[in-house]
Amino acid sequence: MRLANYIIKRLLLLIPVLIGVSLIIFTLTRITGDPAAGYINEKMTQSQIDQIYEKYHFNEPVYTQYVYWLNGIITLDWGWSKTYGGPVTDAIAYYFPATLELTLVSICIAIIIGIYLGIASAVRRNRPFDHVTRVVSLLGVSLPIFWLALILQYLFYFHFGWFPSSGRASNVYYLTKSIPDITGLYLLDSVLVGNFALFKDVLWHIFLPAVTLSFGTIAVVTRIMRNSMLEVLSLDYVKTARAKGLSERSIIWKHARKNAMIPTTTVIGLSFGGLLGGAVLTESIFSWPGLGRWSATSIKLFDSNSVLGFCLLVAIIYVLVNLAVDVLYAYLDPRVHLE
Amino acid sequence: MTDVQEPDTTSAINNISNTSSSTPRVPPKSRFNIDSNVLMKELEPRVRELRNSLGLLRENITALVGLGFVIFIIIIALLAPVICPPTSADTMYIPRDFKQPKPPGADGHILGTGNWGTDMLYGIVWGARTSIIISLFVVITGVLIGLFVGSIAGYYGGRIDNLMMRITDVFLSLPALILAMAIASILERSLENMMLALIIVWWPSYARLIRAQVLSIKESTYVEAARAIGVKTDRILFKHIVPNAISPLIVAATMDIGAVVLVAAGLSYIGFGVSTGSAEWGRMVSDGQSWFLSTVYWEGKAYTASWVVIFPGLAILMFTMGFSLLGDGLRDILDPRLRR
Repeated sequence: MRLANYIIKRLLLLIPVLIGVSLIIFTLTRITGDPAAGYINEKMTQSQIDQIYEKYHFNEPVYTQYVYWLNGIITLDWGWSKTYGGPVTDAIAYYFPATLELTLVSICIAIIIGIYLGIASAVRRNRPFDHVTRVVSLLGVSLPIFWLALILQYLFYFHFGWFPSSGRASNVYYLTKSIPDITGLYLLDSVLVGNFALFKDVLWHIFLPAVTLSFGTIAVVTRIMRNSMLEVLSLDYVKTARAKGLSERSIIWKHARKNAMIPTTTVIGLSFGGLLGGAVLTESIFSWPGLGRWSATSIKLFDSNSVLGFCLLVAIIYVLVNLAVDVLYAYLDPRVHLE
Repeated sequence: MTDVQEPDTTSAINNISNTSSSTPRVPPKSRFNIDSNVLMKELEPRVRELRNSLGLLRENITALVGLGFVIFIIIIALLAPVICPPTSADTMYIPRDFKQPKPPGADGHILGTGNWGTDMLYGIVWGARTSIIISLFVVITGVLIGLFVGSIAGYYGGRIDNLMMRITDVFLSLPALILAMAIASILERSLENMMLALIIVWWPSYARLIRAQVLSIKESTYVEAARAIGVKTDRILFKHIVPNAISPLIVAATMDIGAVVLVAAGLSYIGFGVSTGSAEWGRMVSDGQSWFLSTVYWEGKAYTASWVVIFPGLAILMFTMGFSLLGDGLRDILDPRLRR
């Protein structure tokens, strides 16, 4: 019950933030040039242009425009994407699954590797393994992600030839139209229809972009996991477990790990924003047909409608993910007071 | 610097609580005529503090490595006109011979050449200047705005605080690269506008940081004492509170210098900021990426043109790593709870 109250309270607190974000985005759409420019093309007649002005209320005062604009956002009329050649919301629906799949796989990689490295280096504190891990996690936050993507491409596609350099699946699957369209997540869809050859192919394609994208998150997760593990290992209940004669393995991986993972969940939520930003760079390098590449293309084509639509979407997702993480935190750690 | 002699709180408290042992203060003759003995006495704790910090820095290997990187990059940036004399008035323009790219070492190009035969060494060396200018400008402006907004919000509290913190909430609810993208997408593409976008993105985190510090410091006894003897509010805030609140800000700013360059490189990689063929590391990677896997020939031998991407990337890596190592070390040095 308290949890439900807490969620409702947090959702209410989201409203001012979302209004603020919408104000920023709205200001950006009106600050330079004519907002109608995104809807007009050279084939239109004057009366058609007038119709556009009428339809989107560009002739009215700014505050009325904001209300109409916000109404449009809520009723899913986000404007026209020149890059996609259709409404922005359609473009988002079209590109979203690819980005979702990439981000989810990256988060999984980051969580598994980051937690393992964090625990292992906490256990081997100040030994060579710990130092190596520290250097790796430092590299993770200092590496430009687009450069890492290119270097991985150079090594694993060009030099060794182990992985493909672009796309979500091999061309043969596109040509024979044998990619099922259920959720848009190829990994899930291929399992649902039982096509394991396709599953393997998709996994093979997603490997490099997902590793690139997860590198920064691995670094952050490792660091937090190491610190919280060190803290937990010094607590009394761990000493009790040792005194009872439990094996070191069970103490670390069962007793300590569970509690040490609590702070890590927050960091994973926070790093989600970094992942979506990184997706812009990673997707354009690996020709991944997702939101990131779409927005990067929109930038090159000066299509600010699409760019701002993308930013608005990311803001909404980011805020909701962090809310979910906070709730999860309260659920995982009964000591947290919900206020 | 010149107003060292003005009565400050610490000595005021000394005078009140411990009149017998405190030395009588000589009223200053003129504002600019400083008695060096008094000055040295006043500065002594600070000098001791500095010496102590430097000693700690000497023991901190990672911070020293970071400092080494940073100094190396600064020297390169300072010596840019000596190492690679510019050929045109626009120093961002990389000199080129409009020929096929050449591998490192060929024809006097130590790091090879890229698109249109642009000299990579020139790009890297002058790119160090560009990066330092971008990051310092963004971080310093961001810190100043954050310092002003954050300290006022923290000190006065109430409605101003609420409003300002809601504003920062909004900015912080967007990932840095995405917000910078949104702002840059409506501006004309230039280095200045990219810096503007980055400043807008960066100041809120400093405002939050300094506010939290001010909130806790304003309750301390010495601030109360200052208020009791009638020190003016702006003086309490900027002379007594802010100097004590600033060390986490210094750490964050140092680490952010690297982060700013990373985001700036990302932005100019996707097409904001400087034009193609300029001495900016992110732009250089972007210029090279479409053909860095292709083969170029030099004196009958075939090469993969990977150097056009590898060198500028390494430069970014070194810059960011240097500043994050240094910032990490500074945190250990400046945080009194972590040392001693």
